[in-house]
Amino acid sequence: MSEAQPVLRLEGIVKTFPGVRALDGVDFSVFPGEVHALMGENGAGKSTLMKVLAGMYQPNEGRIMIDGKPVVMRNPIEAKQNGVILIHQELSLAEQMTVAENVFLGELPRTSWGFVDWKVLEERVGAILTKLNCDFGPRTNVGTLSIAKKQMVEIARALTHQAKVVVFDEPTASLTDAEKVVLFDIINDLKSDGVSIVYISHRMEEIFTISDRITVLRDGSYRGTLVATDTTEDEVTQLMIGRSLDYSRNVEKGEIGDITLEVSGLSCGKLYQDVSFSLRAGEVVGFYGLVGAGRTEIAETLFGLREPSGGTIRLGGEDVTIGSPAEAIAQGISLVPESRKEQGLVLGMNCRDNITLPQVDDMTAGPFVSNGAEIAIYDMYRDRLDIKAPSWRSEVGNLSGGNQQKIVIGKWLAMKPRVLIVDEPTRGIDVGSKAEIHNLIRELAHSGYAVIVISSEMPEILRVSDRVIAMYQGRIMREFTADEVNEDNLVQAISGIGNGKAA
Amino acid sequence: MTGFVERIRQGEAKGLIARNGIFIAFIAFMIAFGIGSDKFLSFNNLESVVRSSAMIGVMALGVTIVVISGNLDLSVGSMLSFGTVMVVDLHDKIGPGPAILVMMVCVLLLGAVNGFLIGFVRLNSLIVTLGMLSAIQGLTLIYSGGKNVDVNPSTQDTTWFRVFGRGEVAGIDMPIIIFFVLAIIIGFVIAFTPYGRRVYAVGGNPTAAVFSGIRRNRVVFSTYLISAFCVGIAAIILGSRVMGSQNNVGQGYELLVLASVILGGTSLLGGSGSILKTVIGVLILGFIQNGLLLLGYPYFAQWIVTWVVIILAVWLDVAAKRGRLLSPIA
Repeated sequence: MSEAQPVLRLEGIVKTFPGVRALDGVDFSVFPGEVHALMGENGAGKSTLMKVLAGMYQPNEGRIMIDGKPVVMRNPIEAKQNGVILIHQELSLAEQMTVAENVFLGELPRTSWGFVDWKVLEERVGAILTKLNCDFGPRTNVGTLSIAKKQMVEIARALTHQAKVVVFDEPTASLTDAEKVVLFDIINDLKSDGVSIVYISHRMEEIFTISDRITVLRDGSYRGTLVATDTTEDEVTQLMIGRSLDYSRNVEKGEIGDITLEVSGLSCGKLYQDVSFSLRAGEVVGFYGLVGAGRTEIAETLFGLREPSGGTIRLGGEDVTIGSPAEAIAQGISLVPESRKEQGLVLGMNCRDNITLPQVDDMTAGPFVSNGAEIAIYDMYRDRLDIKAPSWRSEVGNLSGGNQQKIVIGKWLAMKPRVLIVDEPTRGIDVGSKAEIHNLIRELAHSGYAVIVISSEMPEILRVSDRVIAMYQGRIMREFTADEVNEDNLVQAISGIGNGKAA
Repeated sequence: MTGFVERIRQGEAKGLIARNGIFIAFIAFMIAFGIGSDKFLSFNNLESVVRSSAMIGVMALGVTIVVISGNLDLSVGSMLSFGTVMVVDLHDKIGPGPAILVMMVCVLLLGAVNGFLIGFVRLNSLIVTLGMLSAIQGLTLIYSGGKNVDVNPSTQDTTWFRVFGRGEVAGIDMPIIIFFVLAIIIGFVIAFTPYGRRVYAVGGNPTAAVFSGIRRNRVVFSTYLISAFCVGIAAIILGSRVMGSQNNVGQGYELLVLASVILGGTSLLGGSGSILKTVIGVLILGFIQNGLLLLGYPYFAQWIVTWVVIILAVWLDVAAKRGRLLSPIA
């Protein structure tokens, strides 16, 4: 591989924004048919580098070479013409149009009359979809597809341009394990066709599954390139965060107390059926399953966002009905939701106001919100959770993902809940903050909170839970204690294999 | 992580300038017109401008809250017509006190209809209030039978109703006082009370607000009540000042009001803005119109200049958010 000429080469790229050097002399090269992972914590400069690659930013210094020739890419269209295609984390498809139209958007084939040539369009798109093993046709409406399938449409789009380099930005963030396998197959196919892949992800195990080489950025500068087969997770992590991680799980159990929450026979239409479990003070119960297994829906029911169609919820020994989030909060249930940007935070508000939002009614001095009381709460949770923000006035939208997540957790801890539900606690968060949040969840249980953790990441579930509940298609398949659970029996349980005998 | 901290500080400094650009623009305007016309900065002229802006200003206070919560209210213009016609018409029939009371109740009911449809039925605020704009115009015409109304000329100078539009306190015209007192009250409510915080949260991210236990529907409903209340006050000022009303007296005011709010820097996207900014926006709009007249331009020149100023204000607002003047996407 070292003999070949890199298809893409970035040399000494510097990109500054007023007062900040977002990229400080970064070198990066990709060989033909290589999967090259790009890693770094949030704010390390990955996305800036990608935007330079995709023609969205112009570097202040340095040059970009494609097939050995320097090129200037002033916008995404020129980048495309040069064979560089970016597949965004947030997909950019026209939802109301068909797959075929999306794939050729902006470059639809025409008849000699100047109208869209639907026949040619559908043939060409059909051929690409077959190649990608897609089970939907060119005429399908994009809006009806799952996220994984939409991603296929984006990939199909990349294939129509003789793409030399395809950049994937966190492609598996919302994919199930099965969908992930399909994606990796496609990446391998692309690779054997000589297409190069730049792969950005926070998930270490994926990086080692799929990539050939790994380049690490930290604080906007280049920290090194490693060959995946010659390195270890620890080495990559050290390069990323400049220290080793503290993975020591506090398995020492806290005092397991009384039953706080008892759910029996809870059902919600087709979403989930006959769900029964209990939760004690001082323990973490992990819910594991595929996307769509009904985990989030259970959380939403407990938080008053969904009405159950049957079953009972008992809190502290009393039957309760929870009709709205306001009622859930009054009952002492807190939910750290799945999507912190859409559901957890008001991004334009400052850190303090976000943390105090659910209890702002109770923080008054006369008719007005008490500034002092609010700052006291903020300071307390900033220290307790080690939130790194310049001041309480900083807009939450400017913080890194890890710190944003801590703000959401702080907001709900401040309510002193009887039951704390955490849905996907570390989605899109870098490894350093991930370990911190895992330790935090353990600490919370240790100090007497009753915690439910919902996650699609198996290492996470195994690391934080005292008990694990495995769900499959809306039903609880099995319940494990921390001692009996392992990757194998968990995978079996959530795939519906082994007919799930209740533990 | 120093780079990261620095970046945030930078962002804040830039944001501070962007957020306060409206004050700088306001001072620049005053100086420019002051140099252009020696009458412009005279006390009489200033007072007359503020007085004539006060009515738009009162309405803009309510609309600011609606906009912060992420919605629009285009019905305020025709609601003003309705309120003014009603209060003037009822003045001689049932006396000024009951007239004011009945009118306020009716206007609040109209606001409640807006609030119900937008807050609880969750319809689009543009559609609902645009529809209300013409519906209320129709309602006004049904009420008045198409005739203009006025207060009996013999009582115009003696009724206590005259105090709202024509009275003064310590030499300052009453409409100005009403405007500023209301601005201070609403400004404090929105900036410092839990209610205000909820309004910002609902406008900034409605989903996150619901996930925080805020009852979004009620908040949205309440903003339309406040907006209607402000329109009612504006109708009292207008009716009292003119002592008569045409059926379409408020026509076009919805846009002037919205223009003042936007000019002040309250984002149409919701979640940001303030009453102080709106007050400045109202004054700028008033002074532009007045200044242009004093400089000898025909009155219709102000329409074009107002448009230019609004486009500039919105452009700068958007540019400050994305960090440059032109869109990065080709």
